[in-house]
Amino acid sequence: MNKLILGRYFPGDSLIHRLDPRTKLVAAIYFILILFIANNWQTYVLLWTFTIIVMRSSNVTFITYLRGVKPLIWLILFTVFLQVLFTAGGDIYVDYGPIRISSFGLISGVYIFCRFVMIIFISTVVTLTTKPVDLTDGINSLLRPLRKLRVPVDDFSLMLSISLRFIPTLLDETQKVMDAQRARGTEFGEGSLFRQMKTLVPIFLPLFASSLSRAEEIANMMEVRGYQSDKRRSTFRQLHWQNRDTLSLFCMLVLTIGLVMLRSKGFSH
Amino acid sequence: MPPLIEVTNLSFSYNHLIDEETLTNVSFTVQKGEWLAVVGHNGSGKSTLAQILVGLLSPQKGRVMLAGQVLNEESKWGIRQKIGIVFQNPDNQFIGTTVQDDVAFGLENINMSYEEMQTRVEEALKMVEMSSFQFHDPSRLSGGQKQRVAIAGIVALRPSVIILDEALVMLDPASRRKLLQTLQMLKEKEGLTIISITHDMNEAATADRVLMMKSGKVVKTGTPKCVFGDELELEPPFAEALRRTLLKRGRSVPQVYMTEKEMVQWLCK
Amino acid sequence: MAMQVTFNGVSADYNYGPIRSPLVLQSVDLNVTSGAFTAVVGHTGSGKSSLLKAMNGLLVPTEGVVTVGETEIKPGKNKKALKEVRKKVGMVFQFPESQLFAETVEQDICFGPINFGVSLEEAKKIANHVISQVGLDVSILEKSPFSLSGGQKRRVAIAGILAMQPDVLVLDEPGAGLDPKGKREILSLISQWHKTRSLTTILVTHDMDDVALYADDVIVMEKGRVVLHEEIREFFNDEEKLARLHLEVPEARSFQLTLEHELGIKLSRVCLTVEELADALIEVGLA
Repeated sequence: MNKLILGRYFPGDSLIHRLDPRTKLVAAIYFILILFIANNWQTYVLLWTFTIIVMRSSNVTFITYLRGVKPLIWLILFTVFLQVLFTAGGDIYVDYGPIRISSFGLISGVYIFCRFVMIIFISTVVTLTTKPVDLTDGINSLLRPLRKLRVPVDDFSLMLSISLRFIPTLLDETQKVMDAQRARGTEFGEGSLFRQMKTLVPIFLPLFASSLSRAEEIANMMEVRGYQSDKRRSTFRQLHWQNRDTLSLFCMLVLTIGLVMLRSKGFSH
Repeated sequence: MPPLIEVTNLSFSYNHLIDEETLTNVSFTVQKGEWLAVVGHNGSGKSTLAQILVGLLSPQKGRVMLAGQVLNEESKWGIRQKIGIVFQNPDNQFIGTTVQDDVAFGLENINMSYEEMQTRVEEALKMVEMSSFQFHDPSRLSGGQKQRVAIAGIVALRPSVIILDEALVMLDPASRRKLLQTLQMLKEKEGLTIISITHDMNEAATADRVLMMKSGKVVKTGTPKCVFGDELELEPPFAEALRRTLLKRGRSVPQVYMTEKEMVQWLCK
Repeated sequence: MAMQVTFNGVSADYNYGPIRSPLVLQSVDLNVTSGAFTAVVGHTGSGKSSLLKAMNGLLVPTEGVVTVGETEIKPGKNKKALKEVRKKVGMVFQFPESQLFAETVEQDICFGPINFGVSLEEAKKIANHVISQVGLDVSILEKSPFSLSGGQKRRVAIAGILAMQPDVLVLDEPGAGLDPKGKREILSLISQWHKTRSLTTILVTHDMDDVALYADDVIVMEKGRVVLHEEIREFFNDEEKLARLHLEVPEARSFQLTLEHELGIKLSRVCLTVEELADALIEVGLA
């Protein structure tokens, strides 16, 4: 749990921390999309420059970002490997039976590696610099227009924020139940797979039962405090769009123009 | 003065197929500004009564009136702004991400404007002495602090009545005392009416009036003196227990129930 | 068969990988004599729960040794010792009913013994015996634990621990959340088991009246250290110390202090219950 970097929030006061969550969400998704415009070393250098500037602006150490890549490294290398093997063109360096490594292959491999890593880095920037509850607020705000189509955006956000609020509580409870069952002689994480799964029952069932009764209590409390799903509610948590947010989106636009201009025409690399 | 709350001939059963009624013919009144303690063994119907008072359950027979308004499916939403309830489990009442978010929940539900919410939240936190905790998340709060936030959440709506459904049971003695102090202060300063469902006889002894329930019926109502004086089944408050012990040893204690102060006075003469 | 519990220079923390929490136990030296009924008191965060967890190896010391009977728990890996100690030390956590999971009460009670190598048949016999020890009827064995009332669930959970036939019984606020009657019943059952089985009993509680009624001695914890370990009477005698440690006193004692303050005289002894107070008052001629 503690080794997972993607998804964790690192408190701080950097420029990126202070951006509106909507800006970060939109910018990150947009970045992932425009990644595919790049098709030569110039565009990749531009992308990397952008990524590194953003990472530095978050005031989080590079090592932390690397830790975010670590769990996925095998998946990445595997994909690169496939790309190298199955892309042909240009000079051929190795031609041994089914294995054919060409210059195109190697370069595509490098490009795919860059894309993967940049996506992870940028996504990590968002989650490291934005509190989960602010992310929820951001998602809620962005999805607001869907309300007109009768999509229950507000209910969904409330569900998300209540779930987030209870994650630490549930983790605590899990620990407590595990301790109680250990005290009765169970050990977790030992023995055959079947055995290990059996030991999950004394944890899962009590947690499930307590979550059900907890949910009922919470629902009652919400009702008594006046919550009605179909009624209009105001919001106490407010997001404040600043100039720096507009500026950030403008930067994304500049980046796009740069990419389009630097991009090679045709299918060259 | 007409009573603030009038309960007339309330009868309720969870399952009409079974002959057992959880509440039978319960009638009582509550005056504005009084502290009413409701006592009785587990299973006497106390909690069911509390749930009916806030409209979570509908009685099969009888009615509840708050400030002259009958409590029913339509009126319950409006009435819920006037009568709040604090439940036993501090964790299951806290759904906001931070203290101030949680206090604002009830205000959001009635679509209050952002500006007014800010004022009310600040005001409410001051009343329960939790202002310095406004940005804290629940994992950093003790049980007693969470209960105080729950009270703030109710008080922000400017209600007339607060019901405590064994709200102090899960707290340590020091937190209990602190919470009782806060409630006493709210009663005096804001003229709040308090209905406290409790097991703690010493706490009940300090109430203005006591309502004793047994097997779904009201068996006694009156001042603590009146109710505990000849009560043999429930454990009496300490001073009364002392008086009875001395009586048993043949000492010439007064035949009447005595409060702690009276007992000290009598011993000192 | 009773057993003693000893701590020698034990320090411990919760090891969360790269993040080391502050020490929850600091150089604890402690000796709970065999067959004693010891209360552990202290404010929230004083380390009471950590102390308990160290007794059955849920918390392994980073320094020092915890000894239960003949078994030693030292820093580092202790697999064998942990298994041994968990059988000897029956631990009842707060709100133990939250650990119930089996299809029937009988199965749940048998869970512990079976984990320690007892045969199913033998475990069922034990369950049968232990269920009446917690004041419940045998018929409850076939019911689902989830269909029981709160008080019944708690007794079933405690039965599950008694079924392991421990030598030391550790309880963290066994009366928490119960009404006064239920609380009294559970506590008097605990006191009974203590006497009939000569069980070394360790009780963590906030309720000083319980401490006064049942315990032989008291351990006070503060910030991960044991600041006091005294015999009951001695402990309640010293008002200044109790006030300094911000500890509650039993009702009777509190009343006695108020009275002594008003009157300006002291009663002949420290009164911990209503009866003792009545006697003392009669003695002095006040009543």
